[in-house]
Amino acid sequence: MSTARLGLDAPAQAHCKYVLRLADANLILAQRLGEWVGRAPALEEDLGLANIALDLLGQARLLLAYAGELEGAGRDEDALAFLREHRDFLNPTLVEQPNGDFGRTIVRQFLVDAWRLELYERLMKSSDERLAAIAAKAVKETRYHLRYSSNWLIRLGDGTQESHERVQTSLNILWPYTAELFAADELDSQMTSLGVAPDLEDVRQAWSAAVDDVLREATLMRPADRPYKWFGKRGEHSEHLGRLLAEMQYMQRTYPGAQW
Amino acid sequence: MTMQTQAEARIWEALREVPDPEIPVLSVVDLGIVRHASMDGDGAVRIGVSPTYSGCPATEVIRASVGQALREAGFERVEVSDVLSPPWTSDWITEEGRRKLREYGIAPPAQSVSSPKRLLRSELSIACPRCGSRETTRVSEFGSTPCKALYRCTSCLEPFDHFKCH
Repeated sequence: MSTARLGLDAPAQAHCKYVLRLADANLILAQRLGEWVGRAPALEEDLGLANIALDLLGQARLLLAYAGELEGAGRDEDALAFLREHRDFLNPTLVEQPNGDFGRTIVRQFLVDAWRLELYERLMKSSDERLAAIAAKAVKETRYHLRYSSNWLIRLGDGTQESHERVQTSLNILWPYTAELFAADELDSQMTSLGVAPDLEDVRQAWSAAVDDVLREATLMRPADRPYKWFGKRGEHSEHLGRLLAEMQYMQRTYPGAQW
Repeated sequence: MTMQTQAEARIWEALREVPDPEIPVLSVVDLGIVRHASMDGDGAVRIGVSPTYSGCPATEVIRASVGQALREAGFERVEVSDVLSPPWTSDWITEEGRRKLREYGIAPPAQSVSSPKRLLRSELSIACPRCGSRETTRVSEFGSTPCKALYRCTSCLEPFDHFKCH
């Protein structure tokens, strides 16, 4: 990560990376949801997914601009979004997973929304006032994102045999990626001890209970936890991020500084 | 009245003429997004504006049009800044703003979202802005802009936008 070369002291560098992790989770998920524009199963869902993407992107901009300030190297939100390399992105691997069918997208969205709600509710009490302010704004939006994805998950899970099987399969496939969200590495622990980030075990328990409630109503089985190897938040991504970035960054890389 | 309070009255007057680009019947003052407006001793005007929704593309247009309106009102140095905390809530839309929304055909947000848990799964009863009936159903949680949801009145059968609680 290039912040290592900037001579920031270790806590400042970790702080910047932590904010980037949050920013990238939003940015990459927004890009994925944007792929649905014009091709969702119904006009209402097209609007719904695009609106959620827009909220996530708006929050990502606030976070990226803040990360750029913390880094102090003169990179703005656009430079961070469009000119960083694949390994410098710090989003969890879950959000870069392909959209699949509408049910797969809903499962991914539900797992992420439930995580983001618990995380951001706690970030409102962060010792970092700027982060707390961004979180207070984000929480309100995350609440109705979660309402949207929960309602759809219940409809699909408790729907026809076909819809049930499809979302159960998606849940089984995506579930192992959720482990990364709660596996505190050194950076997370450092941020928690500074009061910047909440305790991830606390977030996990609240998330787990909230997820169980909806899965029960959706008549879906909670998959067993399995060993996992993904650490997108440390820049170790699945094969899918590269292609996503190629599309997202194409314009700025081909025509640097292009505006319209 | 001192010079300064006179100037501030003129600032607010100018702000009341700045429309929301997405819902032009509302001014930025009706919307409740102007958090402070003041002029310091040497004539510099400072305005604080809160974004409504994080992803609302109107935010940048609003900032630019606030600056322009004040320059047109004769203030030369105008600084418009973002105020993030506390976050804007639809409760801050003024009574006047609510009336204008209703007349424009948009159901104003129900007031005071005190319990987030209640908001999470409940469906509020929204009155139709045309006939006033509460027999309405939500067609889509998301509408033509980030701040609106799509409803239909089952009494007069008209579809309408609802400005969401935020």
